[in-house]
Amino acid sequence: MNILQQVKDPEIDSVSIVELGMVEQAEMNEGKAVIKLLPTFMGCPALEIIKANVEKALLADAEITMTDVDFLFSPPWTSDRVSEAGREKLKEFGIAPPPERLDDDGGWKVDCPYCNSPYTTMENIFGPTACRSILYCKQCKNPFEAMKPISTIM
Amino acid sequence: MTVSSAAEVKDKNYKTALVELLYGLADDDFIIAYRGSEWLGLAPHIEEDVAFSSINQDTMGHAAMFYRLLEDLGEGEMNSLAHARGAEERRNAIILEEVNGPGTYLVEPDYDWAFAVVRNYFYAQSKKIKIESLKNSSYQPLADAAVKVNMELYYHLLHWKTWFSQLMNSNSEARKRMMNAVEKTAADFAGVLSLGELGEEMAKAGLIEGEEMLVMRWKNAVKPIFEACNLSLPELDMKRGNGRNKVHTSDLQQAIDVLSEVYNSDPAAAW
Repeated sequence: MNILQQVKDPEIDSVSIVELGMVEQAEMNEGKAVIKLLPTFMGCPALEIIKANVEKALLADAEITMTDVDFLFSPPWTSDRVSEAGREKLKEFGIAPPPERLDDDGGWKVDCPYCNSPYTTMENIFGPTACRSILYCKQCKNPFEAMKPISTIM
Repeated sequence: MTVSSAAEVKDKNYKTALVELLYGLADDDFIIAYRGSEWLGLAPHIEEDVAFSSINQDTMGHAAMFYRLLEDLGEGEMNSLAHARGAEERRNAIILEEVNGPGTYLVEPDYDWAFAVVRNYFYAQSKKIKIESLKNSSYQPLADAAVKVNMELYYHLLHWKTWFSQLMNSNSEARKRMMNAVEKTAADFAGVLSLGELGEEMAKAGLIEGEEMLVMRWKNAVKPIFEACNLSLPELDMKRGNGRNKVHTSDLQQAIDVLSEVYNSDPAAAW
């Protein structure tokens, strides 16, 4: 897990795959590291890069001679898997963490990651990557991104 | 009865039905995502360009997941399933292979946005109905995949439903174009909800619910939207044949020729 903590999201380099909740299983067996990862969004082009970075980080460790890194569909990754530390580091990068709950009408409230104002509006649910949306802060007048909430109750 | 993994698939008839179902799901997502990708840079405004390409990327990811399930069942490597099969082997519905409009994305693309909205709205809703049913599939890896797809599909359906209602309730020119697009899409949309010749076997094996149930659910789901737009439900037909049984138009081969050009230049290349 300490090694995996060094592997960052290639598109958000402040936050690690552990903090994003992508690591489902990590086991060591006589020099072989077996890692099961959960993809955030299925079409995410960063998945193969993450897999390669995990293998590279593992093999740099003297105790590891072999790796078996794979993605699982189940359990599904959900946005509530992002840890508290992960939520803070997303903010540092200028991305609001995923809202913890949705309103009854499916709407969500997101505070601005720069000034913490709740006075924000949705510009586009679909952002520059599959897992992000584009919002605008009416308080500090900055556009910003938020991680999209996804859960199994949708 | 639940089958927990590809290795547990012993019964020959079960496997045949499962493989046909997966090809239909994979090929549908693959071709509609490809047709969607041809819109890149051409959508009505820049925010839509971002949204539509994101939806296509998700949908291509779903196709990849279904091809992976086929690979696990011994059907061949997933990239070759996506790129190297000709039109005569594909099971996608005919309405999904249809060109976006006259021209190509490089030369004078006179694409029809109303058709894009109607085709994608009808498709996202039909996919939602199937995915809900697949969550209870007897093939556990498919049921797991359905849970994953469902979370992303939520946003796709919301998006297309909004476009559909807003254009239908817009000015008379928009409504006229939308009505034409509904007529055009409905004439072949029964092909999307069709499960093909093995539909009954799929339902009996508990892989997915029967076709009649899926059609009924689809109609119930779109009905409130149609009523809110003062429209009656169109009759769904399959005027040009059933793609599930490998019947296709020349549009499909044209698409495959373009999308597989790079792959075929060096099929052994690692991406």
